[in-house]
Amino acid sequence: MAVKKPAAKSNVSAEELLGYYRDMLLIRRFEEKAGQLYGMGLIGGFCHLYIGQEAVVVGLEAAAKEGDKRITSYRDHGHMLACGMDPKGVMAELTGREGGYSKGKGGSMHMFSKEKHFYGGHGIVGAQVPLGAGLAFSDKYKGNDNVTFTYFGDGAANQGQVYETYNMAMLWDLPVIFVIENNKYAMGTSVQRATRSPSLWERGAAYGITGEEVDGMDVLAVKAAGEKAVAHCRAGKGPYILEVMTYRYRGHSMSDPAKYRTRDEVQKMRSERDAIEHVRELLLTGKHATEDDLKNIDKDIKAVVNEAAEFSKESPEPALEELWTDIYA
Amino acid sequence: MATEVLMPALSPTMEEGTLAKWLVKEGDTVASGDIMAEIETDKATMEFEAVDEGVIGKILVEAGTEGVKVNTPIAVLIAEGEEVPAAGATAETAPAPAALNREEGKVASPATAAPVPAAPKADTTPDWPEGTKMKTQTVREALRDAMAEEMRSTDEVFVMGEEVAEYQGAYKITQGLLDEFGARRVIDTPITEHGFAGIGVGAAFGGLKPIVEFMTFNFAMQAIDHLLNSAAKTLYMSGGQMGCPIVFRGPNGAAARVGAQHSQCYAAWYSSIPGLKVAMPYSAADAKGLLKTAIRDPNPVIFLENEILYGRSFDVPDLEDFTVPFGKAKIWREGSDLTIVSFGIGMTYALEAAERLAKDGISAEVLDLRTLRPMDTDAILASVMKTNRLITVEEGFPQSSVGNYITSVVMEQAFDYLDAPVINLCGKDVPMPYAANLEKLALVTTDEVVEAAHKVTYR
Ligand SMILES: Cc1ncc(C[n+]2csc(CCOP(=O)(O)OP(=O)(O)O)c2C)c(N)n1
Ligand SMILES: [Mg+2]
Repeated sequence: MAVKKPAAKSNVSAEELLGYYRDMLLIRRFEEKAGQLYGMGLIGGFCHLYIGQEAVVVGLEAAAKEGDKRITSYRDHGHMLACGMDPKGVMAELTGREGGYSKGKGGSMHMFSKEKHFYGGHGIVGAQVPLGAGLAFSDKYKGNDNVTFTYFGDGAANQGQVYETYNMAMLWDLPVIFVIENNKYAMGTSVQRATRSPSLWERGAAYGITGEEVDGMDVLAVKAAGEKAVAHCRAGKGPYILEVMTYRYRGHSMSDPAKYRTRDEVQKMRSERDAIEHVRELLLTGKHATEDDLKNIDKDIKAVVNEAAEFSKESPEPALEELWTDIYA
Repeated sequence: MATEVLMPALSPTMEEGTLAKWLVKEGDTVASGDIMAEIETDKATMEFEAVDEGVIGKILVEAGTEGVKVNTPIAVLIAEGEEVPAAGATAETAPAPAALNREEGKVASPATAAPVPAAPKADTTPDWPEGTKMKTQTVREALRDAMAEEMRSTDEVFVMGEEVAEYQGAYKITQGLLDEFGARRVIDTPITEHGFAGIGVGAAFGGLKPIVEFMTFNFAMQAIDHLLNSAAKTLYMSGGQMGCPIVFRGPNGAAARVGAQHSQCYAAWYSSIPGLKVAMPYSAADAKGLLKTAIRDPNPVIFLENEILYGRSFDVPDLEDFTVPFGKAKIWREGSDLTIVSFGIGMTYALEAAERLAKDGISAEVLDLRTLRPMDTDAILASVMKTNRLITVEEGFPQSSVGNYITSVVMEQAFDYLDAPVINLCGKDVPMPYAANLEKLALVTTDEVVEAAHKVTYR
């Protein structure tokens, strides 16, 4: 497989690389399993897979500390796994069962974990952007040094509320990192068909916000950019924008036939730029791991994912009384 | 170990499809992510990817087959060098999804569940102890005091909105707050309702108790997505984890001569949303007591004020910590011939009408709902069971009005007590006109309430 020759990254430890490999592989295998369960009718409705984008959340989580918050859109499974939420609870929410993070009442697009500071899971395009700034506002108000990772797509980046939020976030020096996951498409609309802006992160300049473009298929590059952004926020300098260039391999959701791009385009990304293959190469060429070590990791992860799938099938549907609970606190 | 590949469901509604084309043949090796087949659903042709790796041992459904049911085995995947198992001796199959019994899933709503409801009783405990010292205050002052008191007691409470700080509030409701609490807690925003409503909701998720002022509720239309989709529904969607203690407040409804885009009552809109609480005070005492309750409530509260009422004076109890509970109507006037139910500025017309009706010898009982969600339907029912006649008065549009909802509750639970059809008085079914004479016609009036009272009492 022709993976772009990785730049020498001497300061990365084997342990660290293996961790990224494991975390990214968990997301990929989890998502493949979710796709399979969807095919079997166990998962219903909308289900947006994160396959291809794994390096974005794994790289950024590597730059986070305990107490930091994250919030994203409906394409949220990867974010939840990366911040340490239990695959069983996530999968059981996908199947709408009692053991899910929202007791089966939220589904794929609406999941939360106060414990892991994961604030959803939001189904309305762009809504999480001011919400994320609000979370950052709460930390600044309380006077701690937490930051909030606010993820949104290239399509969401054209929403008016994003720019309302940029303005206020900068005005009030909010510790928020706006992470634009530019996977090149908003459903079937390519970035070029949605805007004439040459880049999305540069729009922040209009509000005085610093930012940069990041190679989202290189987990180490994402981590490095994340650390820079985090340092900026923690130093009280206000928001930071990361436009992370990535790619989703699957359709927008399970029911997208993806006719707006060629099979070759997808195949080329997969074979030349795959983020997991990249780390695999680093591990093998750097003699940090053997093929056998990696096979064992694969096996472990398959077991975790299968366990999650089993749990998500066995966990009962929520009790009927649940219909009437959680409407008011 | 051989694995059956099943016909996938490729959309939320797909039950069967056409296996249009195989892109692999028996003996081919596949890895996860390889495209194996093209499947046509009623909407589109979709590519079907392999999830497991292995060798295509057998293709069970030929290309071109129509009407293949979801979950039918379409191929068998085997490991390198393995034999294809004989038909029937089934390989490991992923279990079929548990059939969901939709009938069983039905739950009767509480509104229709109890066949014989206990006779409703109005909670008539007084809002403040007898002998409490009273002071005269405007609604404006009462609202400001409510916020200031809650801000003094809890650092988590802050106010955000356009012109709330340095300008002291577009309608001077936040007067003096900046001086007392500083710019950290009294925050001027740009004119970006969608953005700051979302920031407020996010701050509430983060553990603060924001008071978001809309200069008027007409502008909350730009933010309504966050009020409904982000604030009202998240507790439910998170299975109870993530509440949103926030107050959205500001003037609602017609002011005077400001035209159609600035003169709409949103009471019916917000009161139809589960997850929201909706308060709409009339008097200064209620404005104060309800706003303090709203700020303390762990849920999102829509607090609908009225510009015309801001300057009106009422008696307010001179208590250190005066609150009014949600879901408790106030009986302003007891009566025996008919019940008039209203809220907010509608109370002005209801009370004026009751006064005039008394002179004609008609005794009207006047109920102020104070909160629309929760709504004190017990108080309405108890009153209707006594007077047997009902009028509702509000400023909003007639179709899908709050009065319409009240009428349905009374029909369902007190039909036999009614001696006349219920009348819902509302604003007229037109956008608010600007011309003074037309505006007067568009609003509900005391005359109309009096007339309706004569109608339902047949006198
Ligand atoms: C306000 C709103 N409009 C439209 C939709 C339907 N919709 C859901 S996702 C989506 C595309 C968003 O693309 P992008 O922001 O690039 O994120 P991605 O799906 O690529 O992660 C659309 C149009 C929605 N959910 N909300
Ligand atoms: Mg996109």
